[in-house]
Amino acid sequence: MGSDTYSKRRYIIIGIFVIIALIYLGKLFSLQVMDHNYKLFAQDNVLRYITQYPSRGLIYDRNGNLLVYNEAAYDLLVVPRQITKLDTMELCRLLHMGKQEFVDRLVQTKKYSYYKPSIFLEQISKEEYAFLEEKLYQFPGFYVQARTLRKYPIPFAAHILGYVGEVDRKEIDKDSYYRQGDYIGKSGIEKTYEHLLRGQKGLKVVMVDVFNREKGSYQEGNFDTLAEAGKNLFLTIDKDLQLYGEKLMRNKKGSIVAIEPTSGEVLTMVSSPAYDPNLLIGRIRTKNFRKLSRDTLEPLFNRPVAAQYPPGSTFKPVNALIALNEGVIVPETRFSCDGVISKPIKCSHNHYSPLSLINAIEQSCNPYFWNTFREIIEQERFTNIQQGYNNWRSYLERFNVGSKFNTDISNQRSGNLPKDSYFNRYYGESGWRALTIRSLSIGQGEIELTPLQLANVSATIANKGSFYTPHLLKAVDSIGNEVNFFTRFNETGIDSSYFNPVIEGMHLVYEGEHGSARWYKVKDIEICGKTGTAENPHGDDHSVFMAFAPKDDPKIAIAVVVETSGFGSTWAAPIATLMIEKYLKGEIARPRWFEQKMLDADLLTKKEEGSEGP
Amino acid sequence: MRDRKNIFYNIDWITILLYLALVLFGWINIYASVYNEEHNSIFDVSQRYGKQMIWISLSLVLALVILSIDSKFFSTFSYLFYGLTILSLVAVLLIGTTISGSRSWFQIGSFAIQPAEFAKFATCLALARFLTSHNVGLKKLKDIMKALMIITVPAFLILLQHDTGSALVYSAFILVLYREGLSGSILLIGLVAAVLFVLTLLLGTPVILAVLGGLIFLVLILYKRLKKSIKPILGLLVLMAAFTYSVDYAFENVLEPHQKKRINVLLGLEKDIHGAGYNVNQSKIAIGSGGLSGKGFLKGTQTKYDFVPEQSTDFIFCTVGEEWGFYGSLFVILLFLLLLIRLVQLAERQRSRFSRIYGYGVASILFFHFAINIGMTIGLTPVIGIPLPFFSYGGSSLWAFTILLFIFIRMDASRLEVL
Ligand SMILES: [Zn+2]
Repeated sequence: MGSDTYSKRRYIIIGIFVIIALIYLGKLFSLQVMDHNYKLFAQDNVLRYITQYPSRGLIYDRNGNLLVYNEAAYDLLVVPRQITKLDTMELCRLLHMGKQEFVDRLVQTKKYSYYKPSIFLEQISKEEYAFLEEKLYQFPGFYVQARTLRKYPIPFAAHILGYVGEVDRKEIDKDSYYRQGDYIGKSGIEKTYEHLLRGQKGLKVVMVDVFNREKGSYQEGNFDTLAEAGKNLFLTIDKDLQLYGEKLMRNKKGSIVAIEPTSGEVLTMVSSPAYDPNLLIGRIRTKNFRKLSRDTLEPLFNRPVAAQYPPGSTFKPVNALIALNEGVIVPETRFSCDGVISKPIKCSHNHYSPLSLINAIEQSCNPYFWNTFREIIEQERFTNIQQGYNNWRSYLERFNVGSKFNTDISNQRSGNLPKDSYFNRYYGESGWRALTIRSLSIGQGEIELTPLQLANVSATIANKGSFYTPHLLKAVDSIGNEVNFFTRFNETGIDSSYFNPVIEGMHLVYEGEHGSARWYKVKDIEICGKTGTAENPHGDDHSVFMAFAPKDDPKIAIAVVVETSGFGSTWAAPIATLMIEKYLKGEIARPRWFEQKMLDADLLTKKEEGSEGP
Repeated sequence: MRDRKNIFYNIDWITILLYLALVLFGWINIYASVYNEEHNSIFDVSQRYGKQMIWISLSLVLALVILSIDSKFFSTFSYLFYGLTILSLVAVLLIGTTISGSRSWFQIGSFAIQPAEFAKFATCLALARFLTSHNVGLKKLKDIMKALMIITVPAFLILLQHDTGSALVYSAFILVLYREGLSGSILLIGLVAAVLFVLTLLLGTPVILAVLGGLIFLVLILYKRLKKSIKPILGLLVLMAAFTYSVDYAFENVLEPHQKKRINVLLGLEKDIHGAGYNVNQSKIAIGSGGLSGKGFLKGTQTKYDFVPEQSTDFIFCTVGEEWGFYGSLFVILLFLLLLIRLVQLAERQRSRFSRIYGYGVASILFFHFAINIGMTIGLTPVIGIPLPFFSYGGSSLWAFTILLFIFIRMDASRLEVL
């Protein structure tokens, strides 16, 4: 048979073999020799960079009491590809999860990747995890990764401490340190000192297979970096005082801010109503946050730094100081007062007239401070009202009224200190004078301060003209390692000698026979204070009080605002006094009933019962 | 005794050396692909490489047995083998075990045997027997249909086992038919249609139609020189254009979205790294990362850490590419090319037409496996799971290919005895 007519076709067939072989060799040459992308891609593929999360810095108070620590929580991860023989019902039961939710979550993770681990359930508590751990081997494809949750041994100071949450897109864009799923301080100290608290993430380079199973470290760990724990912070806050302040403010709306005048260290910053910071951790955060933000009492609102009130009569000492420094009055200057029929501002009560400065402060005489204010603004050396007003205004700026403190306290609002342009616009450039803006003389009208600013005014008076910027961080790492990132010395430019009569007047508020806080004076402590009533166009006036003590060696300056509770002497003054006593003495010496009355007072319910009240 | 010696004297050692080279290199690469520190002996029979060693040993025994059988035995019992094969293919559908989606295995203890693998040589024998029958010729439609029946019946049964890859292997017999006189235009049409289909989906209809239009224009310009053949050329080009258009139409209007997606992924048009195209992508990364000279024996990271699925079976070529680089790829492809060419040479030197047809059958089947298997690892052909002959892990396929090849070697050894 041998060769036949079609034997030439062998060449066609061999040709096909050769052509295919050449095409493949060409393709292989381009894949293996020409194209370097695959080599890079292969490196990515087999080396997995595993982030080592550092433990977040702990937070203590000024005396080393622990305020915030970390507790292990566990994320349940899943690699969908590895799931075999899944007993859905059993796993649902272990996770306290409905079947539909389980399926939805699984679909979600599958959408992300079949091969890469993704978070199936976030932040399982230690207790739940202990339960789950024993059974987890039954569910191939599921495994846990340890994370940490913030925990608060004392459920207080939520507004100061702030909270931690997962980074959002914007934060990632701003700082390349963060990756999806990282935690970041969202508010308060957690946010301000994020860079100290977060530490430094470490990196472990491991070889992994397609199932992300670790196959050992890469090059004996030569490329690994260790995680660096975050720094521990010591706050200026006094735990006991803060706790006491929060107790006093329970069932009241308002703020307490206490500052150590000699350092600007914030001892206490109470915002009421408050919330338990433990509510805003882990999986429950979103739900609770929504609930809290819907609360009509606004527990999330950081009142000490973001609420703004007219300071009322607490502002009178400031006007007195400006007048003394401007030389328009002397301590002996007297202005007459016709009591409740005084013009243009009536006095709130009848008293001996005319009063000197010291007694005018003690008795909070409105006409006296109206006259003082007019003298400041309408001095002969000013050619127009604007000059006079701006001169007055510049003093207040130096008290840090109308602007935020450049410090580590977040959520601050700047208060309100109107510019002359505001009145120009309102009344025309020559359409206003001291009389037009007379409310400012007694701390009413357009002027508004935050409780923090008011406390700082108190501290400034205590210091006789200067203050250290209020701040919350005392030390880093250890209690002795003090830092002063924001401790700045500020001067008002008012001569310290002018403070003596003003302080004397404030002392009389407690000690004088007409003093508005005379009922609350504390044995052995010389307190200087000033009551105020902030007009509230929306309802009852706010009770305001500022004070410092002891008079000759001030250790604490305080401002208290109790919203819609009427006169400053009714609520704010006794609360401030108790705070001072607590801080200076460590305990309350006065009769128990007095303290109890303050602690028990429920102004929130009272308000609801009779909003028609006096 | 003399006879036996005679056989070994006449054996084609080139083919046997190529066979041994492929089997041993395959074994080494299986070792590398599933290597782990706990079981680092290549002879550890608890591991795939240890098992493969057993399969190889048994294959060599099988080869010796085949070589010692009288060559007439195969032609005589062609139809019997074929009949038994068809029976076993039916039986496996009824009582077989399902392994990874294919109901195509007979499980005997811990051994699993895939009858589809053995159907190849039986079909090959039966086809050779039929085509050498008295009065049969590939010019007669009736005979063509009968030949196609012999080929498609086992293919169809294998298709029923959901083993599409192994079923498609039977299309390789078109080369055998072509060599035996089937009209060349059928082969050409088949090839052109396959290439056009892929190109159309890859480059898009407009490009292909534009190219074809350009060619038609060129033909018309060269009118004078092409005088004689202008009509068929023009006709062919127009036909191709029509085919392209219909492929496009079918793709857009007939296929379901998920089918479209699968085809797109196969053609690399859709980057679905963790979806259907995952295997090919990982495989390309593994091969591409090998570079010119490879990462070295046991140094592969992609294949060793299970990035490439089925690395010791269908994707064994990845290990070659990664650890031995382009040199390794070149080596394997040259081995196969030499083997295929050698088989054609051997087939052509047969005096017996039966042996020649069988030889071409062996070459065609090996070629199809080689082309599809390596093609899919480098993304040139669809991922249809068929093993790389002599190379991939697995007893059934190794034995089946050994039987397939050594029957031909045995026939060749006694080529001088016939007539
Ligand atoms: Zn008066």
